[in-house]
Amino acid sequence: MTELKLPSLDYAALAPILIMLGAALVGVLVEAFVPRRSRHVVQLTLALLAVLAALTMVVLNADDRLITAGQAISVDGPTLFLQGAILVLAAMALLLIGDRSVERGGAFVAQAAVTAESADDRRQAEGRNGLTEIYPLTTFAIGGMLIFVAANDLLTMFIALEVFSLPLYLLCALARRRRLLSQEAAMKYFLLGAYASAFFLFGVALIYGFTSGIPGRGAGVDFSTINAAVTESPTSPVLLFAGMALLAIGLLFKAAAAPFHVWTPDVYQGAPTPVTGFMAACTKVAAFGALLRVFHVAFAGAAWDFTPVLGAVAVLTMLVGAVLAVTQTDIKRLLAYSSIANAGYLLVGVLSPSRDGLSGTMFYLVAYGFSVLAAFAVVTLVRDADGEATHLSRWAGLGRRSPFYAGLFTFILLAFAGIPLTSGFTSKFAIFGPALDGGQAWLVIAGVLTSMVLAFPYLRVVVMMWLSEPGESTPTVTVPGGLTSAALMIGVLATLVLGVAPAPLLDLATGAADFVR
Amino acid sequence: MEETVHYAEATGLLGSVWLLVAIPLVSAAVLLLLGRRADRWGHWLGVAAIGAAFVLGLSSFFQLRGLENKSVELSLWDFIAVGDLRVDFGLLFDPLAAVFVLLITGVGFLIHLYAVEYMAHDAGRRRFFAYFNLFVAAMLLLVLGNNYVMLYFGWEGVGLASYLLISFWYGRPSAATAGKKAFLMNRVGDAGLAIGIFIMFATLGTTQYDEVFNGVGALTGATVLVLGLLLLLGAAGKSGQFPLQAWLPDAMEGPTPVSALIHAATMVTAGVYLIARSNPIFSANSTLQLVVVSVGALTLLMGCIIGAAKDDIKRVLAWSTVSQIGYMFLGVGLGGGAYALAIVHLLAHGFFKANMFLGAGSVMHGMKDQVDIRRFGGLSKHMKITWLTFMMGWLAIIGMFPFSGFFSKEPIIVAAFEREDWTAWLFGGAALLGAGLTAFYMTRLFVLTFHGPKRWTEDIEHPHESPALMTIPLVLLAVGSVGAGFLLSTSVPDWLTATAGLGGEHAEHEAVLSHAVITVLSLLVTVLGAGLAWFLFRAGTATAPQPAGVLVTAARRNLYTDAVNEAVFEKPGIFLTRALVYLDNRGVDGLVNGLAAAVGGGSGRLRRLQTGFVRSYATSILAGALLVMAAFLAVQAGWLA
Repeated sequence: MTELKLPSLDYAALAPILIMLGAALVGVLVEAFVPRRSRHVVQLTLALLAVLAALTMVVLNADDRLITAGQAISVDGPTLFLQGAILVLAAMALLLIGDRSVERGGAFVAQAAVTAESADDRRQAEGRNGLTEIYPLTTFAIGGMLIFVAANDLLTMFIALEVFSLPLYLLCALARRRRLLSQEAAMKYFLLGAYASAFFLFGVALIYGFTSGIPGRGAGVDFSTINAAVTESPTSPVLLFAGMALLAIGLLFKAAAAPFHVWTPDVYQGAPTPVTGFMAACTKVAAFGALLRVFHVAFAGAAWDFTPVLGAVAVLTMLVGAVLAVTQTDIKRLLAYSSIANAGYLLVGVLSPSRDGLSGTMFYLVAYGFSVLAAFAVVTLVRDADGEATHLSRWAGLGRRSPFYAGLFTFILLAFAGIPLTSGFTSKFAIFGPALDGGQAWLVIAGVLTSMVLAFPYLRVVVMMWLSEPGESTPTVTVPGGLTSAALMIGVLATLVLGVAPAPLLDLATGAADFVR
Repeated sequence: MEETVHYAEATGLLGSVWLLVAIPLVSAAVLLLLGRRADRWGHWLGVAAIGAAFVLGLSSFFQLRGLENKSVELSLWDFIAVGDLRVDFGLLFDPLAAVFVLLITGVGFLIHLYAVEYMAHDAGRRRFFAYFNLFVAAMLLLVLGNNYVMLYFGWEGVGLASYLLISFWYGRPSAATAGKKAFLMNRVGDAGLAIGIFIMFATLGTTQYDEVFNGVGALTGATVLVLGLLLLLGAAGKSGQFPLQAWLPDAMEGPTPVSALIHAATMVTAGVYLIARSNPIFSANSTLQLVVVSVGALTLLMGCIIGAAKDDIKRVLAWSTVSQIGYMFLGVGLGGGAYALAIVHLLAHGFFKANMFLGAGSVMHGMKDQVDIRRFGGLSKHMKITWLTFMMGWLAIIGMFPFSGFFSKEPIIVAAFEREDWTAWLFGGAALLGAGLTAFYMTRLFVLTFHGPKRWTEDIEHPHESPALMTIPLVLLAVGSVGAGFLLSTSVPDWLTATAGLGGEHAEHEAVLSHAVITVLSLLVTVLGAGLAWFLFRAGTATAPQPAGVLVTAARRNLYTDAVNEAVFEKPGIFLTRALVYLDNRGVDGLVNGLAAAVGGGSGRLRRLQTGFVRSYATSILAGALLVMAAFLAVQAGWLA
């Protein structure tokens, strides 16, 4: 029996993760012991405080460049930047989730898996007191994402993937209205997510096999070992490439890149809108954080080999997202396809090996996260008696009915379209510039062309809102409560500020753009 | 020819030459912004602003005279600062600018005064004065700027004021059309000037006058030629020279004070100013000078011939303006000392032409806005002051000794004869012939208007002399028409020597004819032309159009230049526009719509792949996974090889 040696833990560096996971556990206890009436306030406060505390720790750790917990967790510039991004965006998402003024009692039910339309299900949907199980679930997911972007070996990464994916599957099923659609979305997400996880795990196994046999070094799936193996391993490179492909598939699934995007529209449409916003912003950050680390650290030596394949995936993703967005009739599906196209742009950033490419990608993640959360915040507001009115035909003439919110949404759509003075322009610039410098002109050309295609569906919504007469069925915009207003305003202001003065955040991203190996 | 310009300190009044531009500009803004509230006193504000500018200009002029380095530069602020490109909002008050300031504000003041009465019965009088002040401000900026961008600023400003004033009575279709015509033809010239300035940016990196002129020597001959031709195109557009002359006669649709100030005395001479100011560029290339001289000579003859066939008093004067500016172009094109001669003629012309335009306005005022000289006659008995002052202008323009035209025009004719080769005969002859023709058509105008039998329309019983407010400016301008020529021709060339390249050394070449012979000849053709016209028209003329020979018909139709414009520019332009619209509708739009349809169709078809069934999603993920695997392995196979 070999003695099991516990690795040393740097608690300060791990604090953000520990805080979020601890808060999630406390949240479970709150569900059990705090009286129902005050649970919502307590849970929301707890979650927001935990995010704030974790964010504070991230800021305090800003200068850390270390690997801790054995080889499992690396705390370096990209980790801290992306953790900070996830926390800020998660705070906005929590504000959306916590808003109860738009819908009495909140937009969520307690149990995901009660048979839809059954008596039990109807009871929980009609219950007047809102249910708060969503907060611990969300907090767990945030904790998992924080690990995901910090993971320094493939197993930790896999566990983190599951830690944030499982709560997300449940979150998707918690919509209080349109229960069936919501549960269907969760089911699809779960099945396909499990499917993708299997690919990822298989990839881990192949890579492990590949790393065995380096002279003077044990096999392993931590990134420094893989990095060394890429150049030194005598094992057949078939293992490496097959493993790399399978890993990439698992990650690209989470990132919603074509052809692994198929779940995205259905899930985005079915999930409760605040959760959709959370997924579109935070999951994207986490997935691309992992992609950046895997391909920039572990497989850096094979950049010449994966770039053309991932480049093709990027182009396909942009094309699918942009072209399919053209004929969408549901605003949430439209935003889903836009999110797919944006995954394509982000992949272009991942494929720029330079420091600028890395910082540009991180900047893009933050800028896009703010805009997309603001967009979904508006979607939660456009309602009629049956809940949100997401069909595009219902948005016709919205500009006449509610010029202020239609104006904000127009601004966000223009940002998505990449109009100057919005963050959409600066962030695309931050990604395409380094790609061009790195000799990836074909990706930039594809990016620009698909941006043009994508501008059409955005502008179609704008035209519809402003140039159509409001019809009988045009819903009004519910005046939002403080929480949604705050999230919306933060998103819009960030979109504007990052468009007008992107330099501070870009500098921050550039300063953070080096991995510890 | 590196040459450093020494600037004097901008002290005292000279530090405030910017007020010259600011005062009329503020006045124009006040008049436009206050609207009807300023209707009762607005015209006096306009007159006062120009009066103040004149006083300031005169004082500055005297202060400049006392300086050793007669050049003051005033850099107000950085106007454009992008990368290497720097443009100052800077002013330059030097002898050339100073004489223009005096002309613009001096003659401008008299014409403003005249306009108070002339426009008294017009509801838009305040608006008129606002535009008029705007014009003066822009014109002063044009001549005071210390770089080409400032000049262009003023250039477009006077253009704007000119269009606004040509179509001042915009209710009349003819006025609106004339404004449009002026706008379009000026665009052609302005584009040339703009491209010229771009070339300066590109090749010299500056538009500052002194830096440009010092840099010209380093440019290739071809660059200088192109640059000069573009500047000439701009000058021709603004000054109504061939081939862009057609707008100027139509511009007479504006109120008469406008014709006097803008389309006779000042704005249309901006082209001459441009060439005189840019003389180091034009002097650097003899081909360029030849082109300028040719344009001048051709235009001066064209103006005379067409002017002789017109019956509208203002149009005759307009064509004579075209012709006289032709003389000025001839002068600036000859180079050397002739630059100064052209400026002298410009100043003298400013006086006598403004005088005659205002006289024409006075006649129209008394004759119920009749402009047809066949319907005048015998007015000398009824409008004594107008008659006498107009006579001074007439004698001045035909160059009769000792009126101002003699002193300003005759030296240009002499200078034309001083060219080296056979072109001396060509250009000298043209100038001499022009003098004779000028005498002919101006005498025809004068005689038909003021002498001979009455041919008035029935509704006019008793034409009256204009009120004092109109006649006082007439008298003052008439005094200028008599005396200015001698004074200017003796003092201005010396005064201008302080301006880079202007004045100074006179005539290195012997004239092909002696000075005395040319003087006698020019007086002789003048007397002959005038005498012939007097003989032909002393008994009046028919009031209806008469059948005429080939030449007169051609002249009545502006020597077919309008037809040429129509055939060469308008018809192909219309055809090109139609072709482009067709191309746009069928080609570009077709392509765009086709692409959009393709994307939409593709989108609709791809959409069907999104079935909603998890099994098909899983299949597509599997297919994708296989593809990605295959791609990676294919890459790997390449790696092995």
